[in-house]
Amino acid sequence: MMAYIVRRLLYAIPILIGVNLLTFVLFFVVNSPDDMARMHLGVKRVTDAAIQQWKHERGYDKPLVWNEQAEGAGHLTDTIFFDKSLRLFAFDFGQSDSGRNIGHDISQRMWPSLAIAVPVMLVGLLVNISFSLLLAFFRGTYLDFWGVVLCVAMMSISGLFYIIGGQVLLGKLLNLFPISGYDTGPHAWKFLVLPVVIGVVSAIGAGSRWYRTLFLEEINKDFVRSARAKGLSEQRVLFVHVLRNALIPILTGVVVILPSLFMGSLLLESFFGVPGLGSYTIDAINRQDFAIVRAMVFLGAVLYILGLLLTDISYTIADPRVRLE
Amino acid sequence: MMGFQPVILATDALIYLLVILALAFAWYTRRHAHLRAPWRRVAASRTAMGALVVIAVYVVIGLLDTLHFRPASGEDAQGHARYASEVQSVLDLLATPLVAHREKTYSAPFATHLYTRETIELPGGGQVRDFPRLKWGGAHLGDPARRAGDIAWRSAAGVALGAAAWLLWMALALRRHPGGWRAWWADPGRAPMRTAAWVWLVVLILAGLVLTLAGVYHILGTDKVGEDVFYQSLKSIRTGLVIGTLTTLVMLPAAILLGIMAGYFRGWVDDVIQYLYTTLSSVPGVLLIAAAVLMMQIYMNNHQDEFNSLTERADLRLLFLCVILGVTSWTSLCRLLRGETLKLRQLEYVQAAQAFGVGHFTTLMRHILPNVMHIVLIVVVLDFSGLVLAEAVLSYINIGVDPNTNSWGNMINSARLELAREPVVWWSLAAAFVFMFVLVLAANLFADVVRDAFDPRLRERS
Repeated sequence: MMAYIVRRLLYAIPILIGVNLLTFVLFFVVNSPDDMARMHLGVKRVTDAAIQQWKHERGYDKPLVWNEQAEGAGHLTDTIFFDKSLRLFAFDFGQSDSGRNIGHDISQRMWPSLAIAVPVMLVGLLVNISFSLLLAFFRGTYLDFWGVVLCVAMMSISGLFYIIGGQVLLGKLLNLFPISGYDTGPHAWKFLVLPVVIGVVSAIGAGSRWYRTLFLEEINKDFVRSARAKGLSEQRVLFVHVLRNALIPILTGVVVILPSLFMGSLLLESFFGVPGLGSYTIDAINRQDFAIVRAMVFLGAVLYILGLLLTDISYTIADPRVRLE
Repeated sequence: MMGFQPVILATDALIYLLVILALAFAWYTRRHAHLRAPWRRVAASRTAMGALVVIAVYVVIGLLDTLHFRPASGEDAQGHARYASEVQSVLDLLATPLVAHREKTYSAPFATHLYTRETIELPGGGQVRDFPRLKWGGAHLGDPARRAGDIAWRSAAGVALGAAAWLLWMALALRRHPGGWRAWWADPGRAPMRTAAWVWLVVLILAGLVLTLAGVYHILGTDKVGEDVFYQSLKSIRTGLVIGTLTTLVMLPAAILLGIMAGYFRGWVDDVIQYLYTTLSSVPGVLLIAAAVLMMQIYMNNHQDEFNSLTERADLRLLFLCVILGVTSWTSLCRLLRGETLKLRQLEYVQAAQAFGVGHFTTLMRHILPNVMHIVLIVVVLDFSGLVLAEAVLSYINIGVDPNTNSWGNMINSARLELAREPVVWWSLAAAFVFMFVLVLAANLFADVVRDAFDPRLRERS
């Protein structure tokens, strides 16, 4: 087990280097730092001196990968690639293009993200499992049929509609919750309810339908038939035999997104004005702050790889038949 | 006689290619019984046939909007025709009244008055602040109070027109049916076709309503600059379809080639390809798209003179967005194909081919590729609706299509700021959501049936 984990972690290194190279090529080779500076300072009427100044302030005035002027190891270390890309491996995100410390921002902003993402995940899991169990219990009836139709219809609605519709209905017309904003004190829950409700509702369609197929797959297996043949009640069959076995794929599906919860939800956070990492990313994209986008790409890749590793480990815990080699 | 000059934009060319490919595929399928069988299962589904009618209507509108041309605007000194610089489509031509009926700013659906108060000069001198009459919406009414009666009368005419067109269509279609329409109506095997016919009736009635109402009212209101929202929604159909189909078209060659190569050759080829797609899929999709689109924006800003017109620039941006979305979404198909090929290469017929000394290329093309095509088809159909929805989200974050391109995402993006107004300006949002919802719902329903018909075991990836 330990050896497996270590090997997987080592395997993550070339992938992260690949991600790094990809972002490096996208941000520094396809367009030179000069282009970026011109974009920020306005395309026309910009002097060379202003461009040099902009690049110098942000450390973009070094050579890309090989520094002729430096001495010894400086050939490689005093370059943009080393400064901006390789440092990410030490989780040293450096300064954003507007001069803030990205690492500090991330550590501050991940808590609001988690405050939204964790309840959305937990409540969503509960709602989806209950709803899909209901459909599986009434399988083959009209309730099941129209339930699936409802799921497909809910899947077909744009996520933006849930957010805008929820804001208008619950926030504006019924006046139940504040439309947007965030607070850290005891009143924080007021601001959290609306985004969490919308986050859960918008995922019911896809989630419930997926879980329903998982349940139906288990229901048709031999051990379920023998459980019924023993004379167990349908409720007991469903909750003990079917649910526990179907939980394996459900839980592993949840584990893979666990680390990514830190990244928050792009849409929910920016619509509700939550100062989390999702809105941080969107703001960076809108302000064209490349340093932040680069940092978030790297962070996202790290968390995704971590999620895959956790999934594999959780398989062995949830299902003893799986052995990692 | 007005001349015109056909224009083929980059996405147009790819759409034509897609249509040709689809026709060739259909022709090939018709001639092979084993390929026809799953489609017959699709055709036996009432949901699929109903959804197909809806999709077909969208596709026809999208194709009409793809036939681009530049109208002649006069003649130069030598008598050669000169063409307007603005590119139009056949849809624009058909919807000329909608384009021409431009108001000043917002107006509600079926409104006769503008949404905002203005200072109006009274004929007898003096001023009053009131809602002015619209220039076009309900302009044929002498007295705006007669609006309700007029709408009811026109609606009834539209419904009658649609129903009459439907009856005519059915009469022509069933003319040669043995036993006449009674037999057709009673035949249980024709149930899917009857569903399609009912959906077609709804479509025709809606078309009838549009014909009688859209010419004199703004049936979905107007937006901030007074453009008809119904027209915008129609124009957005092409953008949605392009994103949903061309994205998969541009990613298919790479995904298929790499997927079956990884599964077939194993060894270092497999390692390299797996490394490639693991790396790409570990970058969060939105961020990769954002990074690429930001870089493209910089490039376009710094090389503005390379584009002939705004239309061309917006079109290239749309194509680029498809490519980027393709880069982020090919990995899952590649992984599926690799897994399937790993299974196939162990089968007897592939081993027999290898024992006979058939080359790798021929084995891949003749024995592996045809047997994974159903997975390709399923993934293409399943991905479509997700891509249409993704366009709206990306446009909201400003990394979607060009702001000048008509798209549902842009409609939502520009309308959402107006929700704070009192009373709410809801029609732009509602129109975009409804148009999107109908297309995505039809596509989802159709995709489910296609998946079940071709490979029920291939569960969707959550």
